[in-house]
Amino acid sequence: MSENFTPPDESSPIIELRGCSRGFGAMQVLRDISLNVYRGETLVLIGESGCGKSVTTKLLANLLEPSSGEVFWNGQPVSQMSAEQMRKDRLKLGYLFQGGAMFDSLSVYENVVFGLRENRKMSEADMREIAFTRLREVGLPASAAQKFPSELSGGMRKRAALARALAMSPEIIIYDEPTTGLDPIMSDVINELILQARSARPVTSIVVTHDMTTVKRVATRVVMLFPLARLPQNESQIIFEGTAEQAFNHPDERVHDFVHGISGKRLQELFAA
Amino acid sequence: MASSLLGNSPTDRTTPIHWLGWMLLTSVRTVGDAAIFTSTVALGLATRRSRSAILWPIFYEIGCRSMPVILITGGFIGMVLAVQSFDQLAAIGLQSRLGSVVNVSLVKELGPVLAATMLAGRVGSAMAAEIGTMKVTEQIDALQALGANPVMFLVCPRFLACVLLIPALTLLADGIGMLSGWYLSVQVLGISSHLYWFYSDSYITSLDIISGVIKSIFFGGAIALVACHRGFHCSSGAEGVGRAATEAFVCSFILVLAMDFLLGVFFIQLQHLLPSLRSPLL
Repeated sequence: MSENFTPPDESSPIIELRGCSRGFGAMQVLRDISLNVYRGETLVLIGESGCGKSVTTKLLANLLEPSSGEVFWNGQPVSQMSAEQMRKDRLKLGYLFQGGAMFDSLSVYENVVFGLRENRKMSEADMREIAFTRLREVGLPASAAQKFPSELSGGMRKRAALARALAMSPEIIIYDEPTTGLDPIMSDVINELILQARSARPVTSIVVTHDMTTVKRVATRVVMLFPLARLPQNESQIIFEGTAEQAFNHPDERVHDFVHGISGKRLQELFAA
Repeated sequence: MASSLLGNSPTDRTTPIHWLGWMLLTSVRTVGDAAIFTSTVALGLATRRSRSAILWPIFYEIGCRSMPVILITGGFIGMVLAVQSFDQLAAIGLQSRLGSVVNVSLVKELGPVLAATMLAGRVGSAMAAEIGTMKVTEQIDALQALGANPVMFLVCPRFLACVLLIPALTLLADGIGMLSGWYLSVQVLGISSHLYWFYSDSYITSLDIISGVIKSIFFGGAIALVACHRGFHCSSGAEGVGRAATEAFVCSFILVLAMDFLLGVFFIQLQHLLPSLRSPLL
């Protein structure tokens, strides 16, 4: 698995999954996953659709509970945290959802200040200052603030959602397929924003993507998951862990084919099925 | 093994025993889940106040925008009751008592049940679909990620709006039903206006009005809880949202009728225990 790779601060994983499994009804998605996220790194999760990347990020953010195993935040098991402590700790974590998950009934401005309004006792002027700064940072004009999410294009909606995730100045940001459905230029804009968010403040990033350009540009560490349905019984679901460069030169056919977008063996499997 | 015998997953439901096990497990899980959900809402109502910016639009949607449909249905029900009862009362020479039949039926049963049915259809389904869509599009996860409690943020204001506004809508349905019944009885069926109101007043007791309002409070709470619960447990996709909306209406309507029966029996017993409650309204 991990070859000649040293994570940034291995002594203290900021989030840790220890032996986590998760299924939905009869369908098992994750089996006995152990994964550490280190402070300051940009961890990129790759893998085929349905292999459990988004479920893994939701376990990391404790938006889903594992059916077995344990999630640790700063060394503390989340299952033993009080609801209040959980709420406070979760505010250190920003989440950019796959479709943006903007609240339809609220304007972009209300979306961006939502977390501040719910959790921080701030004046409207301070919230306004933060909201417009974040919107500017993601390249949205001030006029977008009064619009509703349905009035924005896909790229604008994603940037507005990123502004919302950044508004709370989180220590960790999770990006779930940030460039999916966007044109190459807008994908590049989003990649640049991920890098900017990292350079502007000390932040740990977890990125789920299928976009190899994103992997090359932003990753300090890459983890590849493999769908459980096609995985041998005793093999770990994490089939690769290392740098982007190592991923692109990896001898394992599954990793190689995925990162280079070669459908050969998979296509044969599909037709055989 | 145990879960397999109980039919814990859809693929296990191969024999009637497995199917029965699956049904039993699902029922117990749903009831337990609904109880936890209700207690979370109760805790939310007791510990946190919803912001007025969130409350008012929901109050407007549930209260003001339900008024036209309540007025129309209430009006027709009053007239239907008058038309249907007139012939039977006329056959025994008691057509002058038409006002009592129409208005007692309206105040005790049809007003509250009608308002609840309209609300279950118009508001309950919409709430289930809205919350279901929020779940499917990860907006509920986003609420959690932003430090808000989804149950307190989404359910408590809707519960409050239903519980506080359905009694008002019930009284509105009662009022418009009485007036439309009066109009048809007096203007079309030729009943004396004086007798219509005289017999109405003689037969309607203060407990009838109060019981109708109390029933409607229970109905409102049940509609809000069922609709929001179905929304939170919506399965993915457009089909899941549609199913959640349908289930919200069907389950809340059944619950309204069951509660109507139980509360009706309770108020009749109360009237027997406390005869003073049987005094006329005026």
